[in-house]
Amino acid sequence: MKLSINGSQHGVDVDPRTPLLYVLRGELKLNAAKFGCGLGQCGACTVLIDGEPVFSCVTPVALLAGKQITTLEGLGTPERPAPIQRAFIEAQAAQCGYCIPGIMMRAHALLEKNPHASAADIRAFLEPHLCRCGTHMRILRAIHRAQAEMMSANAGGSG
Amino acid sequence: MSAASVISRRAVLAGSGALILSFSSAGRLLAQNDAPSQAAPPPAASPPLPGSLKKTPYLDSWIRIDADGAITVFTGKAELGQGIKTALMQIAAEQLDVAFDRIKLITADTALTPNEGYTAGSHSMQDSGTAIMNAAAQVRQLLVAEAAMRAGMPPAQMKTQDAAVIAPDDRRFGYGELVSAQLLHVTAGVISPLKDPGRFKVMNRRIPRVDIPAKLTGNAAFVQDLRPDGMVHARVVRPPSYGAQLVGVDDGAVRKMPGVLQVVRDGSFLAVIAQREFEAIEAMRALAAAARWNETAKLPNSASLGAFLTSLPAQDIAVLDRQQAVAHGTKALSASYSRPYLAHGSIGPSCAVAQFENGTLTIWTHTQGVYPDRAAIAEMMGMPSDKVRCIHREGAGCYGHNGADDAAADAALLARAMPGRPVRVQWTREQEHAWEPYGPAMLIKLNAALDDGGRIADWDNEIWSNTHSTRPGPAGSLLAARYLDKPFQEPPPKPIPMPEGGGDRNSIPIYTIPSAKVVYHFLPTMPVRVSALRALGGFMNVFAIESFMDELAAAAGADPVEFRLKHLDDARAREVITTAAERFGWANKPRAAPGSGRGFGFARYKNLAAYCAVACEIEVDRDSGRARMRRAVAAVDSGQVVNSDGIANQIEGAILQSLSWTLYESVTFNERRITSVDWSSYPILRFSAVPDEMEIHVIDRPGMPFLGSGEAGQGPAAAAVANAVANATGHRFRDLPISAASIKAAIGV
Amino acid sequence: MLALAAGVFTIVAWRPAMAPIAAPAANSFDPASIKRGAELAAIGNCAVCHTAPGGREFAGGRAVPTPFGKIYSTNITPDPKSGIGQWSQAAFQRAMRFGVRRDGAYLYPAFPYDHFTLVSDDDDNALYAFLMTRTPVSAPPLADRLPFPLNIRLLMFGWNLLFLHPGPYRADTAHDAAWNRGVYLVDGLGHCGACHTPRNALGAERADLKFSGGEVGGWTAYALNESSPAPVPWNAAALEHYLRDGYDDSHGVARGPMAEVVGDLHAAPTQDMHMIATYVAEEMNHAAPERDAVVQGVERQRERGQTGAAAADSQGNALRAVDTKNDEGAVIYAGACAGCHEGPRALPYGGIDLMLTSAISGPSADNLVNIVLYGLPAAEAARASIMPGFAGAMSDAQIGALARYLRVRFSDKGRWTDIAKSVHDARSRARVAAASHPVVVEPPSAATAKQAHNEAQH
Repeated sequence: MKLSINGSQHGVDVDPRTPLLYVLRGELKLNAAKFGCGLGQCGACTVLIDGEPVFSCVTPVALLAGKQITTLEGLGTPERPAPIQRAFIEAQAAQCGYCIPGIMMRAHALLEKNPHASAADIRAFLEPHLCRCGTHMRILRAIHRAQAEMMSANAGGSG
Repeated sequence: MSAASVISRRAVLAGSGALILSFSSAGRLLAQNDAPSQAAPPPAASPPLPGSLKKTPYLDSWIRIDADGAITVFTGKAELGQGIKTALMQIAAEQLDVAFDRIKLITADTALTPNEGYTAGSHSMQDSGTAIMNAAAQVRQLLVAEAAMRAGMPPAQMKTQDAAVIAPDDRRFGYGELVSAQLLHVTAGVISPLKDPGRFKVMNRRIPRVDIPAKLTGNAAFVQDLRPDGMVHARVVRPPSYGAQLVGVDDGAVRKMPGVLQVVRDGSFLAVIAQREFEAIEAMRALAAAARWNETAKLPNSASLGAFLTSLPAQDIAVLDRQQAVAHGTKALSASYSRPYLAHGSIGPSCAVAQFENGTLTIWTHTQGVYPDRAAIAEMMGMPSDKVRCIHREGAGCYGHNGADDAAADAALLARAMPGRPVRVQWTREQEHAWEPYGPAMLIKLNAALDDGGRIADWDNEIWSNTHSTRPGPAGSLLAARYLDKPFQEPPPKPIPMPEGGGDRNSIPIYTIPSAKVVYHFLPTMPVRVSALRALGGFMNVFAIESFMDELAAAAGADPVEFRLKHLDDARAREVITTAAERFGWANKPRAAPGSGRGFGFARYKNLAAYCAVACEIEVDRDSGRARMRRAVAAVDSGQVVNSDGIANQIEGAILQSLSWTLYESVTFNERRITSVDWSSYPILRFSAVPDEMEIHVIDRPGMPFLGSGEAGQGPAAAAVANAVANATGHRFRDLPISAASIKAAIGV
Repeated sequence: MLALAAGVFTIVAWRPAMAPIAAPAANSFDPASIKRGAELAAIGNCAVCHTAPGGREFAGGRAVPTPFGKIYSTNITPDPKSGIGQWSQAAFQRAMRFGVRRDGAYLYPAFPYDHFTLVSDDDDNALYAFLMTRTPVSAPPLADRLPFPLNIRLLMFGWNLLFLHPGPYRADTAHDAAWNRGVYLVDGLGHCGACHTPRNALGAERADLKFSGGEVGGWTAYALNESSPAPVPWNAAALEHYLRDGYDDSHGVARGPMAEVVGDLHAAPTQDMHMIATYVAEEMNHAAPERDAVVQGVERQRERGQTGAAAADSQGNALRAVDTKNDEGAVIYAGACAGCHEGPRALPYGGIDLMLTSAISGPSADNLVNIVLYGLPAAEAARASIMPGFAGAMSDAQIGALARYLRVRFSDKGRWTDIAKSVHDARSRARVAAASHPVVVEPPSAATAKQAHNEAQH
């Protein structure tokens, strides 16, 4: 079947019941989405489907024909990071870093949809995500930083 | 090089041109890591070499310079997400006097790096950082001497810049052209020409962590990201309870499932290997359903762990005994504190990749100790150690001994079942939660007496706990090894001696108390699997001591901060306390609002490592019992700062992790099985509970020894929380977790 | 003429204000009374309606969905200005018994005074003691959004004439004390019928269809009589376990608005819960042999390891053939659902075996669609069932395919005809309203027991 991932079509030959996470990591060798629980409880596997954050560990690829899948790799690269990535790196918002890509995807989705999200909105929106190292303060700081950058970019007319 | 032109390296390192000092030669030996190391001890040198140079004295074990000038630094420690890679590179760059990005660092690899035991106990900076700092300084000294000899100039007139030694006449000798095969193959000297902290360009800078960009852009960074050619996927089927035996498994249908390559059974060790990951998962589910087990485990009553602990046979360890007769007219206080079993709960369940080829076994693992894990696995496999190589690759935060070592053992067994193919073993969430060794349940009883001057006159402390380390160790420490057809026996647990300690870590109060006694009732019986959880006994002991200090302060009618200062002579301890209190505004407002309270906690981790004080403000909703941290301020003294942002990151994390342990967490089990097997049954902190504000103040101590900081915040934060809840509600909670249910039961109606 | 009728109506309907009092001191109430009041408030679920999501307890501001418009719950903390701090005990009882506010205005029966009217004087006083000793919160009421003429409160006089049968409860001497207590609690404070009984066009419960099922906020409140759709019929023990602990092994976890109800019932006295469960089970009125036959069928399937097999007869034989491989819904189920719903984690944390859930055998797809779209969110600081939502991953058509498949495979009922509408309605409802409340299944903790023990020692 064909999957559209980060703007490119990929043909994959997998059982359609296979959750997207294992196709991303196995067939496509993408690293950002992580296995944290496989149960939809922790958010480490979060990717975007047509702009909506979903748990890729419980999303069979059978659901995804014709939909746009976005992973962290699709937002930016080390050479050209997206605002959310730049913000997290500048804020050094990671300890072990395992949970961060999923959180970044969800935050990115929120800021795209609601650029003026309040601090309370952001916290509430991140509730499905766990961070065991306790990096929460930096994560929130980084998201605010990204928000400011995205808003000023839009205000500058380049949005 | 002709013999005449070879410099006398020994002479160089013995002190010609040496300056400044090597601080770690100060008498007291830092006790070694949790388990015996595998390295052969070096020839005795006195006084001892700094840090891990004691056990690995050759400079080129730590630093290699290639002919093209490339600099590689080796450490036996591992990056756990605590930022150690970056910090060690900063140290090396500074002392070698090169730019930061010239350093390549290789971490924990039994084929390449020194044996520094475990990355644990907050020893990385103290052991590895100190070793690298001194080694790098001495390497630079040797390079300068070599260049001086070639230039025919006194070494004191040479200077280093941009990875080269420059002569007064501007002649330039690149480091690469200076090294010969043997230049750095020399044992370290005791004294190092360390750089003046006032001139640091790389150390004590907030250099961004080198490992973060890859982690935040999807580049390979974790052991979970390894995909060597030909790799296959495995899943283990673990028993339903401790010690269960596999009576039978009807695996015919599983063998025929799509992608399945092998079902492996050795006694009660059961696993399946498949081509693709989801195929392995489906096969695991089917195999688990087809397996029949005989369960025999008997677990204690989780509702009365305190009584259970005191009922167990104990080895009593006298930790401290300087008790004297106490004067009349004293006020006596006693209290008893407890905690349940606590899980590491790593976000990424354990994982390892192993390959068995031509009689050699290579394992990529996120174990904290590649050498000990290798030794145990080699014994389990019946292989000589030098045929087994363990290479550290990062995992998710482990916070101690989690499932990593065992996943490596699983992978080793399965790699042998599929020679030539790399086999990847991934634990499930449920397996990580149910099978990781927990931080042990603990009970602490404290008695103290106050004299009529409001000072503590006597102090009596008893602690009950299992061991805080079942790390490898012999093969029997490994989970899989105990379930093989010819099983290895679990080794009898041993207490970790002080000054490091296990259950007694941090049990000696740092306060000035004329009469004190501490007894550790070490309990060898372990019905629930336990081992090292971050801070070991240091979390619970500090929680208890610092809660009790508040209770004593209240009995003395004293402010909690003033009461602590009254009993502290250590100037650095006093400074972290006064810094945290001032920045928090402790003196300003006694109580912010109804339902709100503030609390303070302080400790010096192990009475040896970093000092940390935490002040916090908590809001308690009487009707729901919900306690929420609104604000926290901490001060930390880690000695010479290498990267203050790294330290702050660790302390922030410590406060939030401790908040979760203190308010939420307890492993649950019934008479037979662990029942907290996922995040729904073992909830931890989520974003809704994150404080509004947090400030960390890092005190810099130029030139002072590094003090490990990765575990310094948990104990003080827990006490600060409990003290704040007591301040808010008027009730003292001594049994963790301080759940909403228990707060509501105490104060609600 | 109309003016005259209006005038007469107004004169007859008008109720006087009761004088405001100074808020009584918390220590003027008997602790035993406060404790009793807390237990009664748990049964009445006062906190559920009178607390806004994320708001302070009892401070009101929650939108209660009605077919007529939005009505917001009031602040019942003892705040003098915005709460009930100035209400006398008599004023409080008048509100409970007759649906009239302290200032004489009528309350809307979104506040189920048509049930609370049954509450005895003593219990009203205990509730008063409890509420008057809560933390006062200043939170002015939100304006209701009702169209004219429904926003004229005085009209409730007429509604009350038709539909309010003022209490207090009078025992039925044909039954024993335990039965009467069950009815008193269920029909009174429990106000189960407010959700579980259908309503007429004027929004009143239809007494002739008591417990035949209802709807609240887009969720089906299942029938509690012989029309109960539960695949394994309820009995008193199962009901009691469900109400107390938030789940039952043969029925699953409480979800949607019921999750909030059972969250409170955790604090209710065991005796009362027992009587509530006994009475409701009796209403469900299934003959024991019939129950046993169904249960046997389920047991047989499980013995064979056929978790999630098709609906079966008492021998465990499947009633109809189901395509478990090629059907689009089957593929979605296998990839998205089976991992948890056929997995080894036991209830209440693991996914329920879908052949046991009323969501699939119920009259409409509403509850199933709500759950599939929004899942069960994590509860803060408490053990709770967590289920991911699939709103982002599944299209309406895919949810439809899944729902159709689940209905065929896991129930013996006919097809749903309204799946598309259920999905459309669920998506268009505000996410907060549609999302389930966390299902907290925290067992009485060791810490609680220990704390209570410690408190007794000091």
